[in-house]
Amino acid sequence: MIQVVVNGLYLGAQYALIALGLTLIFALMNVLNFAHGQMYVLGGFIAYVVYGQLGLPFIVAVAASGVTLAVIGALIELLLFRTVVKRSLREESTMLLAAGVAFFFDAVILLLFGEKQRGVPKIINGVFVSDVLIVPYDRILVAGLALVAIAAFMALMQYTKPGRAMRALAQDRVAAQLMGVNVDRYSMIGFAFGAMLAGVVGGLLVAITGVNSGIGGPISIKAFMMVMIGGAGVVGGAIAGGFILGMLESVGLSVLHAYGDITYLVIFAALMVFLAIRPNGLMGKPWG
Amino acid sequence: MRASPLALVGVAAFLALIFVAVPVAIEATGRHDFYYTLTSVALYSIASAGVWLTFYIGRINIGQGAYALAGGYVSAILVVRAGVSFWLTLPIAGLFCAAMSVLIGLPILRLRGVYFAMVSLVLTEVARLSALALPITNGAKGMVSIPLPGPIGLFGLTLVPDFATVANPRVPFYFLSITLMALCFAAMYRLVHSRIGRLCQSLQQNEELASSIGVNIALLRVIAYAISSFLGGLSGAIFASISQSLYPSSFTVADSVNFMLYCFLGGLGYVFGPIVGAFVLYFGWDLLFRIGDYQLLVFSTALIILMLVLPNGLLSLNPFVRKPA
Repeated sequence: MIQVVVNGLYLGAQYALIALGLTLIFALMNVLNFAHGQMYVLGGFIAYVVYGQLGLPFIVAVAASGVTLAVIGALIELLLFRTVVKRSLREESTMLLAAGVAFFFDAVILLLFGEKQRGVPKIINGVFVSDVLIVPYDRILVAGLALVAIAAFMALMQYTKPGRAMRALAQDRVAAQLMGVNVDRYSMIGFAFGAMLAGVVGGLLVAITGVNSGIGGPISIKAFMMVMIGGAGVVGGAIAGGFILGMLESVGLSVLHAYGDITYLVIFAALMVFLAIRPNGLMGKPWG
Repeated sequence: MRASPLALVGVAAFLALIFVAVPVAIEATGRHDFYYTLTSVALYSIASAGVWLTFYIGRINIGQGAYALAGGYVSAILVVRAGVSFWLTLPIAGLFCAAMSVLIGLPILRLRGVYFAMVSLVLTEVARLSALALPITNGAKGMVSIPLPGPIGLFGLTLVPDFATVANPRVPFYFLSITLMALCFAAMYRLVHSRIGRLCQSLQQNEELASSIGVNIALLRVIAYAISSFLGGLSGAIFASISQSLYPSSFTVADSVNFMLYCFLGGLGYVFGPIVGAFVLYFGWDLLFRIGDYQLLVFSTALIILMLVLPNGLLSLNPFVRKPA
């Protein structure tokens, strides 16, 4: 049982980091970033090239994927989303744009890296073994790094000037603008941050699960679910949603495996019931 | 509202194009594969018309794949296991989906914006996983060798021939699909310009306000969603019959997203947007098949550029179409 809980926490730490990026972009721009999973995959491949092929230290690889994705995210916001948000009659149009960007990333990733599953050498060897628990050391390290990244993100949002500006934007765009916040600049920074978080998780996870070009879509769906559980656009909700989904998956796989592959069916069904009762998730603001 | 003479000429020209000009052109050029492509366009636009209607009440629907899959399975199971005529299963599939959508819609239609979008996305996954898990759907092996539709006779007169006896079964499927498409969009046009259509538009703009002046918003939402799902089920059932097979992966999240994209691309403010969107995207995708590896790259780049240049859909180009309110 402890094994199951630890697996859940380990999954949850990664999931929370993915959901944070998605919810940040949503809170600032009101954009549902369909390309989030693809950004994650891109980050994974960058880490694969830097760490697995060039042989640089793992930390450098993760930093490289984070920085690259941040630049890409900033450019996407600047060149694409800003224009469409200004010109479109209905705000849902950004969803089509996001889907287009997701397809575009899929194509680029497929052309550059092919469709093979890619893995890298282990970052640390060895397995932690005790009476009730077996965890490979590299998983502990990756989960630890993910937690550090979450803590750093929270501190940044809480105590720095850009963080305060972004929180203000998320609360009320117009009011923030009236208070002298440069809305355009911080939208771009926020988008870059969200993309960076996706890149960092992708880079971290390449050491454990490897990466392949087809997982972008499923990762996006999982990220949507976490955000829904916690409440869209709320930082605490994204973290809670990530850990809850990680735990559900871990427990579900161990409890339900006797009945076949129905864990996700059960999770989905439970989610729909949950949302019917509590439409805004755990911590989301009422819609409007 | 009276239809202007110009609009009537346009409709007549369009009907002449799809019923006469296209088959003649296909026979002349020998590109018989276009029958299948255009049938798909027609069926996709029917399903997208449903998605469009949910957009019309202000909901982003990424769950049409679920209903298409359900409709396909209802029709396939009835035809294969119970030997019911395909023509009878067609309305049954639609009504089944409509009934299902009422049950599902009552709770989830309370959600709005991205919440509804994401729940409907999850719904597509639920449908796929259910199709895998339920015993009656034959799991991952899917339903195969579904018989082609039989004849329809009235008073001994054969109105529709047995599809299996036609040299190329794709041809009757083409006519079936475009007929349904024409009917579907005529009904949609009528619906949107009726009292219910106006009420739906009030929902799109402000539900609380609509509710406060006495619009029964809960009922209206469910009606719109049920019609939408009916259309999804209908097109799914025909798809299963054309390909004579159906798998849990026949309609996935990608299809649901595509249905939504067709609506966006055509323009959310125009009833006929889904036809235009489905035609351009699906046909364009098919034509891009020649360039192989770069297909997705070119396709997605074109999509992004279209969105930058025409964020309100292709039909916003047309000077004859009245600007959406």
